[in-house]
Formats: sequence, structure tokens, C-alpha cells
Amino acid sequence: MLLIRCPYCEEERPELEFRNAGEAHIARSANIAGESDDDFEKFFFIRANPKGIIYERWRHIHGCARFFNAVRDTVTDKFVMTYKAGEPKPAKLPGAAK
Amino acid sequence: MAKAAAKTKAAAPSVERRPALAGRTLSAPGVKVEMLPPAERISLRAPGASLAVLSKALGVTLPAKPKSSATRDGRTALWLGPDEWLVIDEAGNDPLADCAKVTALHSAVGISHRNVGISVSGPAAAATVNSGCPQDLSLDAFPVGAASRTILGKSEIVLLRTAQDTFRVECWRSFSDYVFTLLSEAAGDAAN
Ligand SMILES: [Zn+2]
Repeated sequence: MLLIRCPYCEEERPELEFRNAGEAHIARSANIAGESDDDFEKFFFIRANPKGIIYERWRHIHGCARFFNAVRDTVTDKFVMTYKAGEPKPAKLPGAAK
Repeated sequence: MAKAAAKTKAAAPSVERRPALAGRTLSAPGVKVEMLPPAERISLRAPGASLAVLSKALGVTLPAKPKSSATRDGRTALWLGPDEWLVIDEAGNDPLADCAKVTALHSAVGISHRNVGISVSGPAAAATVNSGCPQDLSLDAFPVGAASRTILGKSEIVLLRTAQDTFRVECWRSFSDYVFTLLSEAAGDAAN
């Protein structure tokens, strides 16, 4: 079973306690009613879906119930790192080339 | 209508309350699974600034460490999340009333009847719970006093280790039949 580190519980916990919650770092416009249809479509529907490193929101739903962010490799299904919700995208990933 | 309502006294309960699965027990070699008596419970949400005064009002220090609990005078506070606790009172006192006096920001919701408690005890207790719960229940990872919301099979539970070989499993009452049955089936296998 995959173990995922929850930044709030501060330990690795079994994947069954977690739920994926889509791509992370998608900022909602402060003036959502003033968005053009094209911009709203981009915000609402368009996702990167990369092959490789992806930044995702996850929720420790059957644990502390908190949302957090995770960096995951879609090829290997490996979690590179996790960090608390609201924190910026990590500038450098552990193990990544300089 | 309003006048009539104002005169109406609170009706005494006309039926006996029967908690879900009350009195059910199952004994297997190495483990005993039994329903625990009713208890008072609250779901408590509060920011860090309110914790000192809430702890004082409740008479038990709300733990700040993940996966931990604190017990005093029959009342246990279980850490569920960074600002969330489950308080269980087995001494017949009402934690909701204690929180009502606190003016510091918090949310306390009475959930006494939402949950039921199931005790799993004996040398094979950890193996029994592990039949449906994926957490590491070794004493290093889940020592006495450790508490966590987690899952058991298809049901969410709150797990508390009350002694080296005893767990308290809290689940929603509508899931209790499933949880008790799963634990009973597991108990039969656990000793093997
Ligand atoms: Zn967590």
C-alpha cells in the first residue's frame, strides 16, 4: 500500500485515508463575475495533465480531514513531497537536479 | 399558538432509550469485542488562542500533538486535526455545558448519540483492528493513548488505544452493525 505523508499529521499514513482533490495552485479570480468566458473556461476546465511531475491537492479525509498539496510523478506514481495548503509551490524539489 | 407553546413543559421521555447494539459482546480466543455503555461526546473546533480557556473549562488539556489524546476524570480529549478534537465523557458529565460557559471563539457540537463505542481487548486486539484498519498499530507507532481518525473496512472510525491490548473504536451509530460484524469476523481469525 502506498504511504502518503500528511503535513498536518506529520507522518506517513496509508493511502486509503486519502482522497485526491485535483490540480493545485489554481487561483480563483477575485472578480469571478467579471471574468471573460475564455478566462473562466481556462480556470474552471483546463488542466495541465502532465506526464511527469504534477502539483495536486489531496485531502486526508479519513484522518485529520485537512487539504494539503502534494508533488507527484504521474509516471511512477511516486509522491515526491507534500506541503501544507496555502504554502507556495516549492522552488526546488528534493532529489531534483540543480 | 405561541402562547400554548410557551406553556408546554418539556415532555418526559415516553420510551426507553436503547442505544444501537446495546450489550452486544463477542468472545474469541485472544480477543473480546463488546459494545461500550453510552457516553457524552462533543465535536470541538477551536483556534490555538482559545485552547487554554477551553482546556480549563473542560478540565482536560486539549492535546496539540497529532495522533494523541489526554484523559482526566473519565473525560478524554482526542486530537483529530490541527483545530479539531473529539471529547468523550464516560463519567456522566456534560462537556457541552462546560464549553457553553466559554466566550472564547470555538464551536462545540453535541454528538453523544451520533457515535457508539466498541471495545476491542485482548492479546489479539491489534490484529483484530488491523483486519480492516491499514494503520501501523505496533506499540512504537501507536502507543497507549494514541488516537486517530482512520478507516475500518468501508467505515470511518476514530481509534483510541486505551491500554497495551485494548482499543476503543468509535463509529457512527448507523455504521455500528457493519463495524461490529467486521470486528467479530476478524476476532475469529485474529488468534490464528
Ligand atoms: Zn492528516
